[in-house]
Amino acid sequence: MHKVIKFIFVMAMFAYANMVNAQLNVFTCEPEWASLAKELGGEKIKVFSATTGLQDPHHIQARPSLLARARRADLLVCTGAELEIGWLPILLRKTANAEIQPGKPGNLMVTEYLSLKDKPDRLDRREGDMHAEGNPHVQTSPYNISKIALILLKRLQQIDAGNAAVYQNNYDDFIQRWQRAIARWEEEASVLRGKSLIVYHRNWGYMTDWLGLNVVAVIEPRPGIPPSSAYLSKIIKQMEVSPAKMIIHAAHQPAKASDWLSSKLAIKKVQLPFTVGGSKTAHDLFSLFDETIQLLVSGLQ
Amino acid sequence: MSGNVLSETFDQQGIQQLEQRVAQLEAGALPNADNAFNPAISIILDGRYANFDDNSEGYHLPGFQLGGEAGVGETGFSLGHTEITASSNIDNYFFGKMTLAIAEHEGETEIELEEAFLQTLGLGSGVTLTLGRFFSDFGYLNKQHPHAWDFADAPLVYRAMMGNHLIDDGVQFLYLADSDMFLQFGAEAFRGSRFPAGGEQDNIGAWTAFVEFGDDIDDSNSWQAGISHWRADNIHREGGHGHDHGGGTAETPVFIGESNMSALDLVYKWAPNGNPVNKNFKLQFEYILRDEQGDVELEGSDPLESTSYDGEQTGWYLQGVYQFARQWRTGLRYDALSSDNRASDESVLEAAGLHDEGHDPRRISAMLEWVPTEFSRIRLQFNRDESTLVANNQWFVQYTVSMGSHGAHQF
Repeated sequence: MHKVIKFIFVMAMFAYANMVNAQLNVFTCEPEWASLAKELGGEKIKVFSATTGLQDPHHIQARPSLLARARRADLLVCTGAELEIGWLPILLRKTANAEIQPGKPGNLMVTEYLSLKDKPDRLDRREGDMHAEGNPHVQTSPYNISKIALILLKRLQQIDAGNAAVYQNNYDDFIQRWQRAIARWEEEASVLRGKSLIVYHRNWGYMTDWLGLNVVAVIEPRPGIPPSSAYLSKIIKQMEVSPAKMIIHAAHQPAKASDWLSSKLAIKKVQLPFTVGGSKTAHDLFSLFDETIQLLVSGLQ
Repeated sequence: MSGNVLSETFDQQGIQQLEQRVAQLEAGALPNADNAFNPAISIILDGRYANFDDNSEGYHLPGFQLGGEAGVGETGFSLGHTEITASSNIDNYFFGKMTLAIAEHEGETEIELEEAFLQTLGLGSGVTLTLGRFFSDFGYLNKQHPHAWDFADAPLVYRAMMGNHLIDDGVQFLYLADSDMFLQFGAEAFRGSRFPAGGEQDNIGAWTAFVEFGDDIDDSNSWQAGISHWRADNIHREGGHGHDHGGGTAETPVFIGESNMSALDLVYKWAPNGNPVNKNFKLQFEYILRDEQGDVELEGSDPLESTSYDGEQTGWYLQGVYQFARQWRTGLRYDALSSDNRASDESVLEAAGLHDEGHDPRRISAMLEWVPTEFSRIRLQFNRDESTLVANNQWFVQYTVSMGSHGAHQF
């Protein structure tokens, strides 16, 4: 009997010690928010990302591993604006995790804090994959990342007040490095200003605005709809009048049409990482933008 | 002078109000108050053209008593289930969903209430309760609506044992374990008046228990497995196909007794780097074993013919679906059933259609789908159907589209 009580006591101590040292579980829908969370949370948090940089975050399923991870999450960080509409609502319902339900501090939808571009004037599924609330691919501008860093800091401090000072320090450090990096990227990218390009899918709006790039054609006739050959020859015709410098597309998008067009027009095709993990080099937010700018500049040559 | 200042202030206020209103309108922040909380509504349209070599009526599976919506369906042009679904958060405690299926049976339009349930929202500790009418978590495919199936018809084992779908009124308890691997336990208690249970019940007429687990192998591969059990002790089940003895009056087989079903399901999915948009593969397997004990009567016979009955039936299917291009999918399915039903009076067993007639039902199906977008699909399917004694070649051309709110990407 004595031994049993002793055993229970020891186990309880272990459990308590575990709770005290417990890291905050952060579940992110996209890898860019996982990377940002790591910058601010450091060793105080454990981060899991539902998608990698090689996946289209709209098209994944609420698979078993995501249910298990979201069940344990203290904070959910997702893009919102209907990007995850196919799987996040059902995931949230099925996990029964009260802390990460909409309206709770543990539920952060970053697009609620940004003003979105390309909000459609008219909602009609004839127009392809519509995002009624606007373009959700906000991570392509570093200024959006700065804004979300501050929002994420506040949430982390709210949920885990005990480590508020740690998060603040990490944030201060991150934002300083980030601002220096933005200045560097802008200098490197100055040659890109005013240049014309073709995109595969209209998901680069925040980046093209930031760098002053000019999107003259989109390979997908409508968002999510692959191009027909007739549509591609229309683009070729259009290029005779107003030529573009390069074609850009994301790692998770099909390369075939971009490759074909690139050889026909004899202009470079640049595959950009689009988000963290979209290429081997883009392993965090800094390397993501380093590589993106470098690839764009090399695309001019 | 003072008049000027006043009108200037007024103008500025007016302009500010106008700007605010424009901003609100642009943000879409001024919906009609009555409609602001409308549930999400979606409508599924499903239609088909079917052509069978063998068109004879009175489809029956040797060794099985059919019920629910089981059958081969109609030939020629017909509509499947037209579904209307409304769902919404009710408050911060409950989510609610209702699905109406509109279908035509023998020239009459019928509206069936397929689902009407509420479900707790974020109860905590991994617990979710569901109340009302819902699709049982028994097996894997049972949770899916017909429009989400990969083939135009249900697997034979679902047709034979569950009338295509195990739907009932009751309560479900789900517990999602706190572990890295997906592990979920559940139990359901049902009224038990619907096929494959049946009869008047004044308490819990049927219940289930199940466990589901699954994980990712890596970014590209994931799987899920489940074991489930369904049981009903006090069944009075009418239905199926009684052989006409030539006396003119139709006899309806009735099963009175208890039934146990156990299922094993396995699902494996692959997509390169976990991105299923252009290429993906799904392998799905279910095996169901059923054991029934009681009596079988032929209602309408005079004098009443009856026999003691001990039924043992198994069924399984294996299907693979491969998406080989952005808008194209193809799939293969193999179905098999077998029964070993015993009775004290074999002639009653035969008359009730529960004798296997020396034939194990089986079927092989192939399909090709064109899926232009997430919201529409056109399917061509061929069945070599040997579920009855006469082999039948069946062709289907089917469209399924969804309108309204975005559907869920379930695993």
